[in-house]
Amino acid sequence: MEPLKERVKELLEKGEIGGFLGYRGDLPYLFTRAEELDGLAVSPRRYPLPQILAKLQGLYPEGRFGLLVRGCDERSLIELIKNNKIQSERVVPLGVACDQELAERCGCERPYPTEVLLGEKVEGKEGWELLERLEAMDEEERFRFWMSQFAKCIKCYGCRNICPQCFCDTCALEEEDLIAGGTIPPEMPAFHLVRAFHMAGRCVDCGLCEEACPAGIPLRTLYKEVRRAVKDLFGYEPGLSVEEKEPFGYLGDGRYEVPERLK
Amino acid sequence: MEYRTVPSICPYCGCGCGVLLEVAEGRLIGVLPQKGHPVNDGKLCIKGWTCHEFVHSERRLTKPLIKEGEGFREASWEEALGLVASRLKEIKEKEGPSSIAFLCSAKCTNEENYLLQKFSRAVIGTNNIDHCARL
Ligand code: SF4
Ligand code: SF4
Repeated sequence: MEPLKERVKELLEKGEIGGFLGYRGDLPYLFTRAEELDGLAVSPRRYPLPQILAKLQGLYPEGRFGLLVRGCDERSLIELIKNNKIQSERVVPLGVACDQELAERCGCERPYPTEVLLGEKVEGKEGWELLERLEAMDEEERFRFWMSQFAKCIKCYGCRNICPQCFCDTCALEEEDLIAGGTIPPEMPAFHLVRAFHMAGRCVDCGLCEEACPAGIPLRTLYKEVRRAVKDLFGYEPGLSVEEKEPFGYLGDGRYEVPERLK
Repeated sequence: MEYRTVPSICPYCGCGCGVLLEVAEGRLIGVLPQKGHPVNDGKLCIKGWTCHEFVHSERRLTKPLIKEGEGFREASWEEALGLVASRLKEIKEKEGPSSIAFLCSAKCTNEENYLLQKFSRAVIGTNNIDHCARL
C-alpha cells in the first residue's frame, strides 16, 4: 500500500487534488486529508469508481480528484472522458494491478492499467467459455437459451445502475413505447437487446453488471458478443485510448466502409 | 468535499438486504448494493436501488396531517395522536372491537410489529391484524 499512500499524500498536501476516490476498508470513500490515509485499502470488492467520480465532478465543478484505477476502472475512465462525462484535466488516475486470484475470478483479459503504481502485472485470461458453447448451438437452441435467461429478469435495473458506461439522462429502458411498464419479466427480448445495443462501442467488459444481477443472467456474455461485433466491424475496442475515435464519433460522415471480409 | 458510503439495511421489505448509502455534503445522493453482504451479496431489487429517494423528497410527509372535508391540514403530534385515540375508543365502544383492523409493515422493526399486534389484541381486543406484504 505504501507507494500508493505516499503518492496520494503528496498530491493532497501539494493541493494538486482536493480528494482521492478509493476504498476505505471495503467501501468507496473520498479521502480529503492525509491523516485519513491509514484506512486506504484496495478492496477486491469492486464498485464503479469512475461512475462515482463523474458524479463528484458534477457536484464539485471546481474540484480536482485522484482516482484509484484497476484495469477495468481505467477502461471505464477512458470511455467516460471520451463521452464528456469526466473532464480529464480534473482527474489524476493512480494505477493498481490486480492479483492473479482476482484476475481469474473476473475472467479479465487485462487486469492492470497502463501505469501501475501498486502491485505486479499478472497475465489475465478472458472468459469465453459460455460464448463458445453458445456458438456451437444452432440458432433456435441459442435463442431458447437466451429467452429462458431473460425470463428470469426482475427488472431491477441493477445492470444499468451499476454500469460505469450507462450515463444517459433519459434511458431507453424506461421508455414505455419500447418496453411496456408494469410487467415482469420486462418485454423479451427487447429489454435485454436494447441494453446490449446501447453497450456497443462502450462496454469495457468490467463484469459489474453480471455481478449485480440478482437473477444470475450471464449478461457479460451477451455484451461480449456486441463487443466482438464492434471490433469486427470497426476495429474498435472500448477503453484503450482517449485519442482513438469511437465508431459513433464518425459514423454517418461517409468515411466508414464495411470491411471486405464481412461483405 | 465529502463523499462516503455508509453501510445500512434496505428500509423496504423484510429481507434485510445490505445497501451502501452514498453521502455527499451530508445529503444522500445514491445507493449501491453492499458486496459481500450475507443476504444479498451485491445485488438489489428495484426498491433497494431507489431506497434513498424518499429521504430528501419534497413530497415526503414530515408532519401529521388531519383529514378535513376533501383536504388535509397540518397538525401537531399531540393533536393527531389524541384524535386517533379518541376515535378508536369511540368506534370500539359503539361498534365493538372487531370493527377495527390494524395493518403493520415490513418497513418497521420486529419490535414495532410486535407492539402493534399487542396493542391490537390486548388494548383494542381484536385479532384483525395483518401485514402489508399480504396486500
Ligand atoms: S461489463 Fe457490464 S457493467 Fe461493465 S461496462 Fe459492460 S455492460 Fe457495463
Ligand atoms: S440486473 Fe438482472 S434482473 Fe436486474 S434488470 Fe438487469 S438483467 Fe434484469
